[in-house]
Amino acid sequence: MAFKTTKNFILGAIVAAASVTGIAYAAGGGVESDYKMEHPDWSFNGPFGKYDMVAAQRGYKVYREVCASCHSLKYVAFRHLGDKGAPFYLADFENPNDNPYVKNFAADWTIEDIDNETGDVIERPGITADYFPPIFPNDAAARASNGGAIPPDLSSMVKARNNGADYVYNLMLAYGSPIPKGVEITPGLHWNPVMDGGKIAMAAPLSEGLVDYDPVEINDHGELKTIAAPEATVEQMSHDLVQFLAWSADPKMEQRKSVGLMTLIYLIILSLLLFLSYKRVWRNVKH
Amino acid sequence: MSGPSTYEPKYAAAKWMDQRLPIIRMGADFMTFPSPRNLNYWYTFGGILALCLVVQILSGVILAMHYVADVDLAFASVQRIRRDVPFGWLLQSMHAVGASMFFLAVYMHMFRGLYYGSYKAPREMIWILGCAIYLVMMATAFLGYTLPWGQMSFWGATVITGFFGAVPIVGESLQQWLLGGYAVDNATLNRFFALHYLLPFVIAALVGLHVWALHHVGQNNPIGISEKTESDTLSFHPFYTVKDAFAIAVFLVIFAVFLFYLPDALGHADNYIEADAMKTPAHIVPEWYFLPFYAILRAVPSKLFGILLMLGAIVVLFVLPWLDTHKVRSMRFRPVARWFFILFIVMCFILGWCGAGVPDDIAIPLGKDAGITFYRLGQAATVYYFAYFLVILPILGLVETPKKRPDSITKAVLGENHSTAGLAPAE
Repeated sequence: MAFKTTKNFILGAIVAAASVTGIAYAAGGGVESDYKMEHPDWSFNGPFGKYDMVAAQRGYKVYREVCASCHSLKYVAFRHLGDKGAPFYLADFENPNDNPYVKNFAADWTIEDIDNETGDVIERPGITADYFPPIFPNDAAARASNGGAIPPDLSSMVKARNNGADYVYNLMLAYGSPIPKGVEITPGLHWNPVMDGGKIAMAAPLSEGLVDYDPVEINDHGELKTIAAPEATVEQMSHDLVQFLAWSADPKMEQRKSVGLMTLIYLIILSLLLFLSYKRVWRNVKH
Repeated sequence: MSGPSTYEPKYAAAKWMDQRLPIIRMGADFMTFPSPRNLNYWYTFGGILALCLVVQILSGVILAMHYVADVDLAFASVQRIRRDVPFGWLLQSMHAVGASMFFLAVYMHMFRGLYYGSYKAPREMIWILGCAIYLVMMATAFLGYTLPWGQMSFWGATVITGFFGAVPIVGESLQQWLLGGYAVDNATLNRFFALHYLLPFVIAALVGLHVWALHHVGQNNPIGISEKTESDTLSFHPFYTVKDAFAIAVFLVIFAVFLFYLPDALGHADNYIEADAMKTPAHIVPEWYFLPFYAILRAVPSKLFGILLMLGAIVVLFVLPWLDTHKVRSMRFRPVARWFFILFIVMCFILGWCGAGVPDDIAIPLGKDAGITFYRLGQAATVYYFAYFLVILPILGLVETPKKRPDSITKAVLGENHSTAGLAPAE
């Protein structure tokens, strides 16, 4: 049982860790269907992956104009959009509350508030400190407007499903797949093989050209560049939406990966030095 | 093996202190503690576990400053920690991934103890205290998993506390007393938070006793032969401080890989959905470190009997020193027990696999639409788990002929002709 060498020890530990991960993921199930899941190579995959900010900016527009008619984003504040590692971050505006995009987006939403003078319920345009507002006043209202199903909050959606990015992407694309024989779809439900159980209350939300994409201006090493708007196909919108929702689920990803890289480099050098110290301290000692 | 203290205070202040509270002496004796010279890397998990406990307590105390134990605010407060608290994402992941790392290390530590017979006389108390630590760790991990108030938190808590309802006669009132109501709700969350904050300090106290007992009788070693002469041992510092430090650094590399690059790999996606008492998740599955016990629980159709089996799986560890009656400690010299032990490890992994699977699904296909289900496989592995402790080890204790063992650690390390060995550390 004893590991003869350090290498075996490390490998053993990694294999042990990997095998338990595999075990934990053995659960899960789906419905039988002809739909083939697509697994795009997301820009944010892998240890160095980053969000495609241009796509995420378009994704915000898809959320604003399509998803937000039913789905809230309640754990995200407008100011988060301008944080470092967020889609609308601008190097000139370290404080996201000064970011002109963020200010405009906030003002574009209506926030319910209380008038300080009269105590009346009023509506005012959003400010950067506000969180994305609820879409329905309460759960009962959400259920009543959506055939009994509450549209889930999208803040962490990409983390709340196994392989969440692929899940959201394919959920958008799988509408219209042929309904298998023997499956009955009651009114108010729709067939979508990506959904657990295959039946979903949400009607196909995206259709060709639904969102009017704008060109995106980016600052490429001090040079302003304009990225032309792509055609708003269902695939394109789904892709852009996933980029935005992947960010909203994991807004600190870029910081996490860069701190992780530094930490790993430090720890590997430390391990090496400690190994050499170990060899030196023990060099005259048989064991 | 803790011989007479060799510490001599050098300064007046140290002397003054030594006469009143010999705490410097305690630390000095700890550092020069004579340890067997043949300890391998499996013996580094004690130090790794001490570090795990410190990481969990430090990150946990800071998280508790930001966390709100209220059913309406708990999930949102964790989101706020992840999104707004400076480096909150790091602390929260460190605490969650840290729990998995803690269990990974504790299982390695326990398997090592099982293999080298570290539970045998005179180390029964070290082993029993270790089992107690493991039991409290399980409780702490379960309580802590409830706090983020995700779907799996809520339903896991509902399932586990439901066990108590299966106790005959008093079950229902016991369950209500534990929950503070008829279901998992605000009262439950608050008491779980209070206890989750308390138990780590109970663990720390038990660790103190565990280490005390260890220092009283001395460490076991891979050949299981007690230290006899000075040449069998090395000073804890610098020999084992440097070896432990290297092992800890390697462990931290693995920790960091999960923490920074796979923070959700050991968790459940469902826990990113806020708890909803009206919506049961498709599969309620515990964290990976509880899966083997979950499989044992589900190995019998009766709920009460399943719970008794699961408890029995832990209780049997406490009495192991009296079940394994073989006089040889290390399985290196037990040619038969060794293979049963390796099979035991395999069975533990199989139990974990069965715990994650759906009981009626096919685990091992045998032809078309037929095969061994997770339920049957889990039953077989459960039988082996108990048989190992209750049948195999007691019988082997009577009948197994051990291999020839060296006379001492020194002779095992240096060959039969040497009696002493260089003890001076390299400068």
